[in-house]
Amino acid sequence: MAGHSAQLDAKTLWGGKESPFQTSYGKLMMWFFLVSDALTFSGLLIAYGFTRHDAQDAWPIGEETFNSMPFLGHGYPLLYVALMTFILIVSSVTMVLAVEAGHRMDRKGVTKWMIATIIGGFFFLGSQAWEWSHFIHGSEFGKIELSDGSQAIVKGHFGEIQNFTVTKAGSEHKVGAVIKDDLMHQFQHAAEQGHIENGFIHLSDGAVAKINKAHDHDLKLIIKRDGNTYKVGGEEITGKKAENLYYEALYAGEKNRVIYGANMKQNEYGPQQYAQFFFFITGFHGFHVFSGVIINILILLGVLAGTYHKRGHYEMVEKTGLYWHFVDLVWVFVFTFFYLL
Amino acid sequence: MERDDLIEYSLHAHHDEAKGKQIRQKIYKVTLLLTIVTVIEVFIGASIKQSSDWWTAVKVIFILLTLLKAGYIVMVFMHLGDERRYLRNVILIPYFIFVLYLIFIALYEGTAIGGVWDAMWQ
Repeated sequence: MAGHSAQLDAKTLWGGKESPFQTSYGKLMMWFFLVSDALTFSGLLIAYGFTRHDAQDAWPIGEETFNSMPFLGHGYPLLYVALMTFILIVSSVTMVLAVEAGHRMDRKGVTKWMIATIIGGFFFLGSQAWEWSHFIHGSEFGKIELSDGSQAIVKGHFGEIQNFTVTKAGSEHKVGAVIKDDLMHQFQHAAEQGHIENGFIHLSDGAVAKINKAHDHDLKLIIKRDGNTYKVGGEEITGKKAENLYYEALYAGEKNRVIYGANMKQNEYGPQQYAQFFFFITGFHGFHVFSGVIINILILLGVLAGTYHKRGHYEMVEKTGLYWHFVDLVWVFVFTFFYLL
Repeated sequence: MERDDLIEYSLHAHHDEAKGKQIRQKIYKVTLLLTIVTVIEVFIGASIKQSSDWWTAVKVIFILLTLLKAGYIVMVFMHLGDERRYLRNVILIPYFIFVLYLIFIALYEGTAIGGVWDAMWQ
């Protein structure tokens, strides 16, 4: 805000002594840092764009991948990310209010709004942790390789597994024993290893058990890689046909027919690079938020100690504010290019 | 030695309560605008499928709305709109030159390489 020097003419501004930008050294350097940091994020998002244009139809769609809410389950496309965006915008607002209070030398106001900003930052970090955990663990269906070689992601309601009834004894389980613990985890692990065949699961101790499972509802297969019969962007596969195709593949007893969740090698959502970009871009942004929260806490301590009040201005709050708004700004772009498009 | 030739620019931003009220009002207005834009984006994203004929238009709308949001954050929240024109240009012009160029070249190349991959598999 250059209210005091608006009347300066160009000759005075560029004639030495005066800063042509009419800002302090610290603020200018913060801006220069943000310019370079913004170029880093531009590079990341453009690399994402490059890979996505290269992969075309196989790329996952945001509303298919991110459609869960904490406590509510599936079927809420993009709502959670929108909530995260809103949290970050609100914390940006409280930050700018802290800066405004600083311009009036209102120490109480600065303290209040800085605390609000820090709380907002923690909320965002928590949301991101939930999102990562959900992304890594994946859905109940996973991504399946169908019998014709195509790959499909699956939408719908997974029927609950009631129990496993042992039909062939192993070293730990007797015939007729009913297993009721840790079913989903054992089921998914066995499915990945190809230890499920025709509705029977091979347990780690050599026993074989029958899987008693409720029926799935509203199944829908979305093809992500072409096979001999089913193509990307082809006809929708739903209902009984989808169920048959899915379980034919899942119960085939072959390794690597199904993938659950995401790691650095493979993921259930789409091409391998997708998860890597997710981890790197949102991770790098999350790291910025984390450092922003830490810096905000340090500045808050300074405010509480009265350091800036003695100095006669709250420019430190303004500088960390610039950084915090920048983090919000980056998220606006990540939200659009990673989740919406 | 105490220097008396340094100008304390940090004090320029100080204002009184009346001006503060005005600024806060603007902040609240921008908050409302950003929230509404985000809600619109999510609504469009959830209701129009990528396979729809409208998708190209939706993409353009998303990018424009994002730039609108970014503009308000940078100009109002980061006070760049209140800085001198020289500073604004130093910060913004590099993006208009380099990032737009990079976007153009990377997306163009990406599509071309995707085409090569497709041709190789057939």
